[in-house]
Formats: sequence, structure tokens, C-alpha cells
Amino acid sequence: MNIIDTIFKFNGGIKADTKKSVSTVRPIKKIKMPKQLILPLRQHVGKVAKLKVNIGEKVLKGQLLAEADGNVSAAIHAPTSGTVASLEKQLIPHPSGLPDYCVTLIPDGKDTWIEKKPINWKKIDRKETIKKISESGIVGLGGATFPTHLKLNNNNEVKTLIVNAAECEPYITCDDMLMREKSAELVEGIRLALHLLGAQNAIIGIEDNKPEAIEKLALLIKNDANISIKIVPTIYPSGDAKRLIYLITGIQIAKGKRSTEYGMQMFNVATIVALYKFIHCGEPSITRIITITGKVRTPNNYEVLFGTPLSDLIIDAGGKASKNGSFIMGGPMMGYKLPSVNVPVTKAMNCVIDAEPEMIENNNPVLPCIRCAKCAEACPVNLQPQELFWFSQSNQFEKAENYNLFDCIECGCCSYVCPSNIPLVQYYRYAKSEIISDRYAKEEADIARERNDFRLERLQREKEERAKKIAERKANTSSDEKSKVIDEKRKAITEALERVKQEGVSEKND
Amino acid sequence: MINQQSPFIQKAASVTNIMLMVILALVPGLIFYVYFFGVGVLLNVFVASLTALIAEYFVLKMRKLPPKVYLSDGSALVAAWLLALSIPSIAPWWIIVVGTLFTIVIAKHFYGGLGSNIFNPAMIGYAVLLISFPAIMTKWPSPIENSLSIESIRQALQVFFYGLTQVGDGLTSATPLDYIKTELLQGQILPDITIRNFGLATILTSNQIISLAYLLGGIVLLHKKIISWHLPITYLLSLAFISGLFHLIDPNNYSTISFHLLNGGTMLCAFFIITDPVSGPTTPKGKIWFAFMVAILVYVIRVFGGYPEGIAFAVIFMNICVPLIDNLTQPKVFGHG
Repeated sequence: MNIIDTIFKFNGGIKADTKKSVSTVRPIKKIKMPKQLILPLRQHVGKVAKLKVNIGEKVLKGQLLAEADGNVSAAIHAPTSGTVASLEKQLIPHPSGLPDYCVTLIPDGKDTWIEKKPINWKKIDRKETIKKISESGIVGLGGATFPTHLKLNNNNEVKTLIVNAAECEPYITCDDMLMREKSAELVEGIRLALHLLGAQNAIIGIEDNKPEAIEKLALLIKNDANISIKIVPTIYPSGDAKRLIYLITGIQIAKGKRSTEYGMQMFNVATIVALYKFIHCGEPSITRIITITGKVRTPNNYEVLFGTPLSDLIIDAGGKASKNGSFIMGGPMMGYKLPSVNVPVTKAMNCVIDAEPEMIENNNPVLPCIRCAKCAEACPVNLQPQELFWFSQSNQFEKAENYNLFDCIECGCCSYVCPSNIPLVQYYRYAKSEIISDRYAKEEADIARERNDFRLERLQREKEERAKKIAERKANTSSDEKSKVIDEKRKAITEALERVKQEGVSEKND
Repeated sequence: MINQQSPFIQKAASVTNIMLMVILALVPGLIFYVYFFGVGVLLNVFVASLTALIAEYFVLKMRKLPPKVYLSDGSALVAAWLLALSIPSIAPWWIIVVGTLFTIVIAKHFYGGLGSNIFNPAMIGYAVLLISFPAIMTKWPSPIENSLSIESIRQALQVFFYGLTQVGDGLTSATPLDYIKTELLQGQILPDITIRNFGLATILTSNQIISLAYLLGGIVLLHKKIISWHLPITYLLSLAFISGLFHLIDPNNYSTISFHLLNGGTMLCAFFIITDPVSGPTTPKGKIWFAFMVAILVYVIRVFGGYPEGIAFAVIFMNICVPLIDNLTQPKVFGHG
């Protein structure tokens, strides 16, 4: 074990008031079993899971409710024992605010486990283990919710596992608390992940504002030469994958490339603990830790079953689960406003902030850009946000693209520092969506044009072919007919001659 | 405005804060200016501010922009202060009014107002005054002994309202830049000029002190990160380099580094004029090129040009080049090799 101090600082970033300490004073809490659990069938990146139970069916805790549809998908398991009550469209935590298909489970209160099947990962082939993980429902719990088995599968190119423990967004503390309370599981999980990836060493990248977690982990990996800790400064967005890799290794992952091409794979700490639980205890992905913070009276971290109504947690934390409240899912920098407090906890839900009014209502006037370039100083991608803003607001999308608009990670640092109070990121989102829809429309138009060209060509070809055929036929028939006519004429002549001869003969005979 | 999208938190920075800090940073220089040359400069600053705010108000009304929001951004005040500190403190009132009107109405609002003016408004105002009223704009005050005495104040008011002709020319003297330029043109050599003229030595001292006070304000701005180091540091180093080079080659005809750094508007230019974000470049490399070129041009105009001081023209010329500079100095984007 060693603690590495050298870091490679990326451009800019921001040092915001992290507001983390309010939710780390109390241990991770559990709440009593909710009256019902609502489980969206899509809680991950990829295809919607396929329902495998019938309405009214009794299920056990950990039983498969919906299986992964293909490789890029994840299964959904019953978080407790009970009855499957319905499958209908319900409000889900999604920025669109549109409802989606959810299974409603009424708990029976017994919380009876299905037979757990831990996996002896040291004995069996790792490909086999990864295949089993593809049925575990585990996805990236840092918020990206990409199916984990896909990231484990590699052709031995991964040499280093980067453990993302940065947790750089203000307010969020679920990973910090997880590391404090489940450090042993995490370290075991890292060893497991190393084995599954076929990687040699692991580096835990953690911000220096989590001394307690660092101390716990350092103690556990004291004698492990393969795992090290790299303490990175508390600068948002240090937890962004490419930024963290750069901080730790000094390698910039080029645009459009994956970290695996550089021999690295990254997992969030919560994902690793989920892997540990699945392999060692045979428990599929049915819970997560979530930070409830902001305006609530007792900000806290909860270990909750997926599908738990968010309102239950808000009330438990001493907040008002009213319709008029504003709730932000994720951090204040990249999170989004929830359509309602009446949504279930999903795999992606790492934090919910009961928003202070000033977070939602901004009374400062928006002034013109004064080109102070504070945004450029803050941009972790080293873009020129003031130029991108200029091009976006004047619909000069091509120029925006030339200034690398699509490298923008929408981290919000530029908006955060802007003295003119310009919602810069919103302009970039707008420009990106316009460009994408333009591109889509152009593709559609291209396809349509191609089809039309093809059709015209086909019609022309057919016309030509037909004309050719007709011509051929005409040529054929005309020659036949001519010869026929000639033959007939000849025949008539010969017949006439014949007749004349015979008549002549008969006359002679007369 | 309702925030529907992230980010939901913001740093408590505002354009008003930035402008206010710039004004505060000018105060030490202003205090020494008053101490050495009397209250004339205060009158200039006051009338310039008043004119700027009134002009800004009416233009905003015409442009149908909320005056309250835009007046409180402080940008008009900063431009007014910079103009007032750039012109002679013994100029009559209408000079500063005309200059400020030109600065606010034409150089700022005709080009689109806050954030859109391609030229530094104060420098446009200054250049217009210098070209239109060269006699007034090149008469600078001599240092006075009791600058805050009743008599001095009375005299300053008289000059302000009636102009110099009513009071007499005894108050004026050439600036060090101007004086040395004239003497050199008459075939004198530097060592003789400085030693022979005792009066000049006092002016040098007072000008130097004001320059150092501006430097102090500038350092505060740097420390508070209101301005980035690229512009002032490059500017001062470049000016030091080129003046040092010429002085080294021919010390009889080219003044020392410290003479160029501490005279004229060097410090004001380094920390308050070229640092105007709107009309300047935004990229770090661009800032370095911009400041370097301004320094070279300033030196060339001072030493070889027709005017004793070249800041306004150098800055205006380089303002034209800003889009090109920005375009050619784009920093390397993360992950782009």
C-alpha cells in the first residue's frame, strides 16, 4: 500500500462550498419497510428489462422480476418479499417528467430471502463469473448506470483499476459514508474487481476532504502492494472520469477514446461494494445508499431498497414532502430538478437535495457577457466558454462545433463563476441539441434523397429495359412475320404453279 | 428567473463587484494625485462620473434597457474614472464633459453597450480629446505645495470653470515624457537634461509616487483575481525590455527603464486600461501577445512618434487586432493531444 501525493492538475475547476459535513454527522440510516415499492423497468443505460413475473404473483426478496434484454441492459430484482401488484406507467425520476413502466410490489413484511447463491470466484473462470454478474442487475452506481458486466469484460488490456472515490459534487456524501462504514467490503470488492478485470493494480482516487474514509481504507490496504490511494485536491469536477484519470496518471484520454485503450477501467466505490455483495453473499442489486440533504432538518444518508418512495425519505429526514417543494436529484452542479417528490428511489439516485429557494429562483439579473474569461479559467476541459456562448446564442452552430462544443461535459463550472449570471450550460445544451437534430434531419434527408435517386434510377432502368425488350421483340416479330409472309407467298406461288402444271397435265390428258 | 437546469449554485461574483473593486483600486493613486497636483483631478472625476451616469441613463432609456440594472453594473463609472485620470487635471469642465459623452454614448453604446464595445471607451474619449483639443490636452499642471489649501482649491475651481487663459499659464509645465522628448529633439543628451533641471526632478518624484500608488491598487486587483497576471506583467516586462535595450545601446538618447515604467500612464495602462475585458483578448496566450504589442507600440510612439504618450493609440490599435489574436491563440483542449 502506498499513498501517492503527486497529482496532475487539470485546468480550472471550482472550489465551491461543499456543504457535505451536514450529512455526515449521523451514521447511515435505514427506514421501516415502505407500504409499496415502485420499480421502473428501465433504471439503467440500455434496453428496458423484460418482465418475468405475473401480476398477483408472490415473490421472494432477491427474486428476478425482470431480466436483462440482451447484453446492454440490466435485470431488476425484488427488493423484498411480497406481491406483484401491478405493471403500469408511473412517474419516474427523469428530467423529462414523463411516466414510464413500473412494477409495483406490495411487501409482505417478512422480508424473506430467496436462496442466496454466493459465487466461488477464485475457483471458476472469470468469464463465467462476469456472465453471472450480467444477471445481477448491477449498474454503475455513481449515477451513470451503465451495466457493470460490460465494463468488466475486456481482452486483458486493462492493467489498472481506478476506483472513483472522489465524490466531487457539493452536498453528496453517500460514497464518503459508504467508505467509512463499509470499507472492508470495499477493499474486498476491489480485490475481486482486480481479478475479474485481470488487472494488476488498483488506485483509489479520493478527494482530500474525506480524511476519515482515507484513514479507514489506508489501514485495510496497508499490506496490499496492489492497491494504493491517491489523494486528490477538493476541486470540482475531480470525479469526472477523464479528469480523475488525468489527476492520478497525467494521461489525457483523447476525445472519442475509452480509458480501456489506455489500460485503465474505472468503477465507483458503490458499484464495487455491490459487486462484493453479489459475489460473496449472493445478493443481487436491490439497495443503495442515498444522501438526503438540503433544507431537511436532519440531513442524512440512508441505505434504502430500490423502489422506496422518495417522499418517505424526505419525511424521515425532517423535510416537507409537499408538491410545492423543489427537489434536485444528484448534485447541485449537474443534477436535475425532479418532476415531483412522488418518485421512487432508483439505481441512479445518489442524492436528493431539498432545494433552498435561492437554488431554484435566481433573482440576480442576467447581464451581457463582458468577456472576463472567468469561465475559461474555470473550464476543466480548457474550452473557451465565452466564445461557445457567443456562437450558441447567435445560432452559429458550425463555429460552436469548431470551437469543440461537443467536448463540453456540462459540468457547470462556467455558469458557476459567471459574474454576468449567464446560464452558459443551458446555451450549450441548446446548441448541442440543435446540432444533433440538424444532423438527424440531414441524415433523414440524405436517406430520402438516396431513396429518391435510387427510385428514379430504377424507373429509368426499367423504362430502358422495357424499351429494349419492345425493340427486340419488334425486331424479332417483324423478321419472323416477313419471312412468314414470304414463305406464304412462295407457298402460294408454288401451289399455283403446281395447280397450273396439274391443270396442264389434265388438259393434255383430256 | 427560474432555474430549471443545473447548475443550481453560483459563486457570489457580479459585474458590479468587479467594477467596484477596480474603482477602489484606483483610489490610492487618486489620493496622491490630489496631494501633489491639487483637487482639479477630483473635479474631473466627479464631473466625469456624473456625466457618465446621466448619459448612460438616457441611452439605456432610448435602448429600452432597464436603467437600474445597467447603471448599477458600474461599467460607466469605471470608464469615466479612467478618462478623468487620463486627461490633465487643469482641463476646463467642458473638456471632460465632451470626452465622457464621447466615451459613453459613442464608444460604448453605439457599439452595443456593455460587453459589445470593440474599443476601450475611455481611450476613445481620450484620443478624441487629444486630437480635437491638443493645446488643452497637452498642458499639465506643475506640482503645488499646499494642494489642499483654500487658495489652491479656489484656483483649481477657477481653472475648472473658466479655463487656464483666465488664470494664467504659470500653473503648467511639461510632463517628464514631453519635456525630455522636446529637449532630445533640440539636440540635448539625457545626462545633461536631468541634472540641469531641478524642477523636473520634483515632478519625477511626484509622478513616480502616483505610479507606485496605481501599482499598489493593481497588485490588489491581481491578488483578488479581478485581473489575470498575463496582461500587466507582460506589459511591464515588455516595456522594460524594449526601453532597457535602447537605453543600453544609447544611454544619451534613450531614457532608462524606470523612467518609462514610472512616467506617463504606464501603471494605469498596465493594471486598469489594457485589463478592460470587453475590448481585450480572452485567451492566456492572446493576453500575452496583446500586452506585448501594446508595450512595443507605446514605446515606439513615445520615442519616435509625434505624441509624448502613446497609450491611447496603442490600445485602440491593438483592440482592432483582438478577434484575430483570440482566434490564433486558442488553448489546447483537454484530450486533443
